[in-house]
Amino acid sequence: MRYSERELLSLSRQPAEKAAEILMRAPKKGSVLKKRLVKLVVNFLFYFRTDEAEPIGALLLEHCKINKEEENVFSISFIEEPDRKYSFECDTEAQCQEWIEALRRASYEFMRRSLIFYRNEIQKMTGKDPLEQYGISEEARFQLGTRKL
Amino acid sequence: GEAGAARREQRSGRARRSLGAMKLNERSLVCYATCDSPADNAGFLSKKGERNTAYHRRWFVLKGNMLFYFEERESREPVGVIILEGCTVELCEAAEEFAFAIKFDCAKARTYVLAAESQAAMESWVKSLSRASFDYMRLVVKELEKQLEEMQRGLAGSRSVQRRSPIYRKTKPALCVNPTSPALGLPPPRERAAAPPCAPLKENGCAVWNNAPCVDTLPAGDGPRGLADSGSGKPPPLPPRRRTSSGNTCGTGALLADSPVCPGTVCFSKLHDWYGREITELRREWQESHKL
Repeated sequence: MRYSERELLSLSRQPAEKAAEILMRAPKKGSVLKKRLVKLVVNFLFYFRTDEAEPIGALLLEHCKINKEEENVFSISFIEEPDRKYSFECDTEAQCQEWIEALRRASYEFMRRSLIFYRNEIQKMTGKDPLEQYGISEEARFQLGTRKL
Repeated sequence: GEAGAARREQRSGRARRSLGAMKLNERSLVCYATCDSPADNAGFLSKKGERNTAYHRRWFVLKGNMLFYFEERESREPVGVIILEGCTVELCEAAEEFAFAIKFDCAKARTYVLAAESQAAMESWVKSLSRASFDYMRLVVKELEKQLEEMQRGLAGSRSVQRRSPIYRKTKPALCVNPTSPALGLPPPRERAAAPPCAPLKENGCAVWNNAPCVDTLPAGDGPRGLADSGSGKPPPLPPRRRTSSGNTCGTGALLADSPVCPGTVCFSKLHDWYGREITELRREWQESHKL
């Protein structure tokens, strides 16, 4: 599947939601823990070698599960392959929890559900749709219920 | 091998890696593209080739900030994906009718020229693509979160809030949309939401991510002139937007139970009417609702 590495690269240079040096292990069998610079930008998790300006890789954080593993450790797996895990070992348990929280909120789908939640709450309180003001009430991405196209 | 040589070069301190070396969880992307989670838009578009000028008809599927394209509607895997962050979507002059372009700001970035099959389809795509970024979504969520908090605070406290309409904002909560109507004569105000300042970040000395501190206030509105506010001295509100018609049907799945956090403080820029309706018409509407 074709994708633009330039676009990804450019994204990897944007201000991060969160960044830290964390020990990371790839899902491949026999992988070892390696120190990586891990950087969260929108719904992508980039990882860099600690002395490099460009990421070695990126993970799109959609349809994924952030799992708490043993102490200081969390993992990312994708719903179609739940046993294939990217493992991250933090310095502290607190750091681990912070990352888990941040990553769980990092998906576009999470954001969408949040929006619908707030929209609904505001509508319940006021009787008005807060999105009307911006002229985006009809946008498919903000709708409740089943979307069919 | 080649990859190994590239890596060795890297370790010597060079910044640039050869293209094609960045890994991406492609398998997951393909699953995301092809699973039956609802799409934000889907349809046939003709895509102009990168090098030659021939257009190829492809089946496009927009999910979140990812625009996938398939050779055929029934194809099991996308041919490619366009990541919709930091781009503008504009109408453009092209060999094909109903053409529009997705442009990126980065150096040597590719411009994607696409053509829809009708005026309505083109408008629908331009709208949904220009609002497809994660940043935009985050902006809207943050805005609603603020509104809800204000309301809840207003309920909890005993202060009375003067409002003409329930969703009344004193400042201008405009959202970033790329204006596509040439009639407006405005340049695309594409603004990236700046990320919030984080706790001390690790830098590896090479990768640059400046965590620019963000302005946590909305810019003052420059709403209709000559219209007095309620006397609070704050700028007049943005006129309420007219509803735009859109073809897309509804919804997505479950409501979220726990409270979402969108940790961005973002900058708002002016929301431009996609159809280029006259400002006077909006003012008129506002003035009318102002009387209520």
